[in-house]
Amino acid sequence: MSDYANPGVLVSTQWVEEHKHDPNVRVVEVDVDTAAYGHGHIPGALGWNWQSQLCDTVRRDIIPKKEFENLMSASGIGQDTTVVLYGDNNNWFAAWAFWQLKIYGHQSLKLMNGGRKKWLAEGRELTKEVPKYPRANYRASAPDFSLRAMMQPVYKAMENRSAVLIDVRSPAEFTGEILAPPGLPETCQRGGHIPGAKGIPWSVACNEDGTFKSADELKKIYGDKGVNGDQPVIAYCRIGERSSLTWFVLKYLLGYQDVRNYDGSWTEWGNLVGAPVERGAGS
Amino acid sequence: MKAEEHQERNEQFGRWQIHIVSYKFDEKWICTVDNVSPGANVSSATGATREEAEKKALERAKERLAATRVTPV
Repeated sequence: MSDYANPGVLVSTQWVEEHKHDPNVRVVEVDVDTAAYGHGHIPGALGWNWQSQLCDTVRRDIIPKKEFENLMSASGIGQDTTVVLYGDNNNWFAAWAFWQLKIYGHQSLKLMNGGRKKWLAEGRELTKEVPKYPRANYRASAPDFSLRAMMQPVYKAMENRSAVLIDVRSPAEFTGEILAPPGLPETCQRGGHIPGAKGIPWSVACNEDGTFKSADELKKIYGDKGVNGDQPVIAYCRIGERSSLTWFVLKYLLGYQDVRNYDGSWTEWGNLVGAPVERGAGS
Repeated sequence: MKAEEHQERNEQFGRWQIHIVSYKFDEKWICTVDNVSPGANVSSATGATREEAEKKALERAKERLAATRVTPV
């Protein structure tokens, strides 16, 4: 059995149990359900709100560099701190935070394999106590936008097939049957997918307990769909968090070199006037 | 403190499958409901008993799921 290309980016729940109070380790929970942290979290873990702390709250964008530095500093995180991210929904927004921390050049960064789901299912310790850490003085790198795809390059990739586009939403979102995940507000005008995109839901990468499938399984799953690392890849979903998870899998677990996350995703493309849309199962 | 009596199950609501998780923590029951495909959180609620937390979360989830428009393709 082969190992992940970068096994150091994943830690187990047991590793977190043993290292959660290490001074050079900062555990951070990032959830889809922003109330989840308040219902109980890993002792010593901080909670980041993706809506108010990991987004530009004026224009639609990731958090600006200065605010990112402030968030890291206020969390007591220095450039050398090992940050362990975890969250609900199989680490959707934890992966999104991971992607942003990589954009700003944080080096020692890990996801807790299985996320909040596994920690809870294993009956591990929780607390409601919000920890306080001495402020650090964080200096981010210049943003590495090679990890991110904006709309125009995605449009070009669609036209000239210069990258594999992966739509990681559910089959019903991909075909255009529904405009948003069942039960969530509709956030686009049109349903379907970017012409030529392959529909490979994020969940194919995960086991029932929330952990990632083995390297061999992942290679086979994506390889069978023609995604094997020999072409640039752009992943997208609805708002960019599920695609962060697939980006993480392809970039770090499988080690594909050129993988970008299109965080504009379907809420951008499905609202663009004149943008080509394909409905149905696709080609 | 630890989460106690963690339980999860799947149910069908109309055409949507839902995944219900409930557990007790710090004298309170917590229930979350997701939509399985894609797995997005649809609702969550707390209550004094598991039944109360599940009832509240399921009511909200079903209300939201019922509002999902499906366009045949």
